[in-house]
Amino acid sequence: MTDNLISLLVLLPVALAAILAMTGQRAPGLSRGISLAGVAALLAMSLGLLLGGSGNTAQVIELGGWSAPFGIVLVFDRLSGLMVVLTSIVAMLALLYAVRRDEDSAGPHFHALFQAQLFGLNGAFLTGDLFNLFVFFEVLLLASYGLLLHGNGRKRTRAGFHYVVVNLIGSTLFLFAVGALYGTVGSLNLADISLKLPEVAPDAVPIVTTAIFLLFVVFLIKGAAFPLYLWLPGAYGHASIPVAALFAIMTKVGLYSVLRVDSVMLSGNSIGGLVETTALIAPWLLWLGLITLLLAALGVVAGRILRRQVAYLIVASVGTILIALGLVTGSERELAISGALYYWIHTTVLSAGFFLLAGLLMRHRPEAGDGIEAAPPMPHAVLVGSLFFAYAIAMAGLPPLTGFFGKVMILAAAVESPLMAPIFAVVLISGLIMVIALARTGSRLFYQSQATPGHPAHSTPRDARTPMPGLALSIAPLAIATVMVVGAQPLSEWLETTAVQITTPSGYLDAVMPDGILLPETAPGKFGQDYPDYEGGKH
Amino acid sequence: MTNLAISLLIGVLTGAGVYLVLRAQTFPVVLGLTLMSYGVNLFLFTMGRLHTAAPAVVGATEQSADALPQALVLTAIVIAFAMTAFVIVLALKARAALGNDHVDGTHIPQADRVMDRRKEPRA
Repeated sequence: MTDNLISLLVLLPVALAAILAMTGQRAPGLSRGISLAGVAALLAMSLGLLLGGSGNTAQVIELGGWSAPFGIVLVFDRLSGLMVVLTSIVAMLALLYAVRRDEDSAGPHFHALFQAQLFGLNGAFLTGDLFNLFVFFEVLLLASYGLLLHGNGRKRTRAGFHYVVVNLIGSTLFLFAVGALYGTVGSLNLADISLKLPEVAPDAVPIVTTAIFLLFVVFLIKGAAFPLYLWLPGAYGHASIPVAALFAIMTKVGLYSVLRVDSVMLSGNSIGGLVETTALIAPWLLWLGLITLLLAALGVVAGRILRRQVAYLIVASVGTILIALGLVTGSERELAISGALYYWIHTTVLSAGFFLLAGLLMRHRPEAGDGIEAAPPMPHAVLVGSLFFAYAIAMAGLPPLTGFFGKVMILAAAVESPLMAPIFAVVLISGLIMVIALARTGSRLFYQSQATPGHPAHSTPRDARTPMPGLALSIAPLAIATVMVVGAQPLSEWLETTAVQITTPSGYLDAVMPDGILLPETAPGKFGQDYPDYEGGKH
Repeated sequence: MTNLAISLLIGVLTGAGVYLVLRAQTFPVVLGLTLMSYGVNLFLFTMGRLHTAAPAVVGATEQSADALPQALVLTAIVIAFAMTAFVIVLALKARAALGNDHVDGTHIPQADRVMDRRKEPRA
């Protein structure tokens, strides 16, 4: 039963995408209903699975009944389950906003592309196979290209071209990495590669190491880390609002792949007995995270429109999470990962909500949109201003909201690190810079309201009773954040056991490869020396 | 010898692709992406090692080729084909929307005219 539910997480969106491609423009109301019902079902299924304890031990679904290294597996554990739940929450917010504000009718096939995007996202989170990860990346990227260009616009087209080209280059690098790994290690299954890496022949070690680094370069392009984040502010800053909100989960796919591949594929102690894997990637992540965070904070200062600032806040959160993932030494690793996951949930949900808030500004300030400049007061200025204030506090990491707790957990894990001083300095200084930038934005947007003929600056805002559909949707993420603060104790305990599951990959390996490594009888040599042939294998 | 030729070919394709991707017009960029995908497809294909007279059928001959890279390369070809089609349409759309084919959509008429004159002298 649970196996079927897990498969449905991937299969339902793709089936709906096919149906929605047919109903599309012909029956807009029906399409909306199907799409909303699909996302609601995803949310219910993924939450049910996760809360029902399905991910407590890694659950493996062998597609077509072929066992691990030969067939493709889906793996549902707490990390992937959490990611699917997050995807569904963000998708629900974005889709409701699109429907409420009629953004889905700005171009054809919004709902079909939206479901295809969810198919790619859920597949990427659940797969246990490198090539399958590539395919799901392509699925989610192709859908995201379509969504990014949804509703026309010159700037959107230009930003879209950059986004597409950068990601196509990333896909090419991904294929080079996957090919080189298969050619030397002889497998594409994450768990199988992990078991085989220590057995790689010495002369193949440089190729394997290069391929692994290439793989992480690709993940960091998707995750938008320095120096590969420059595509993000343009793409996210010019996408239509519900799409930008959905894209809040997209950088997390890159980060998830970093965490998953680092914790599973590199869980053997060495590559061919020559290169240590435990600290192979992490120091790079730490330094890149520090630089990303600092530059993103400066980007927030430089942003001229709110959406661009939020895009840079997303880059900043990527930097913060990378810092946490880069902390390796000793027992602080569990603490760092659980802190990173807490921050991860916070930043995904809230940056989606922040985009929705920017969307309200765009629609209800006809003179300036979400540009950070003075304009006549907008309707419900006090409420919208208060929401902005709450978002700014949360995103900049001030108490009492979630960003603060996430950062505290990460910094607490960094106390033992030899690089404690730079980590504290960068995290705190960048936080300060973001506070200053957001305070300036808030005062421009909500205090310096400008008089226009007929609308004196400090009178009651025009049409105080103007309906503002979608307002509740930008409150919902703050409600989630409040729940995360109130329930911080049980949540962080849950995340700590999740972190333990991540840092002890033996559970994952046993689940995927119960018989351990399957040595082909005809190839007695080491992997990479000769081409491993599965003639004598079990199937 | 074949190994060397194939590796050189992968290198040339990828190198030319990288060069073209760094150009400022959209069309060379699209061509560059195509060349890079050719390079990587060939690379994937050779990851099953180069054999002669070894079909991907176990037991048919003494040595059999690995079928997996062939399957991978087919998938990669299909994906690259779809992506190329998409990026061409996008480049055309950008050309129509922005009025020029610069990758940033920034058009400097003066510079273009100078370039045009140098390339195509008026009769």
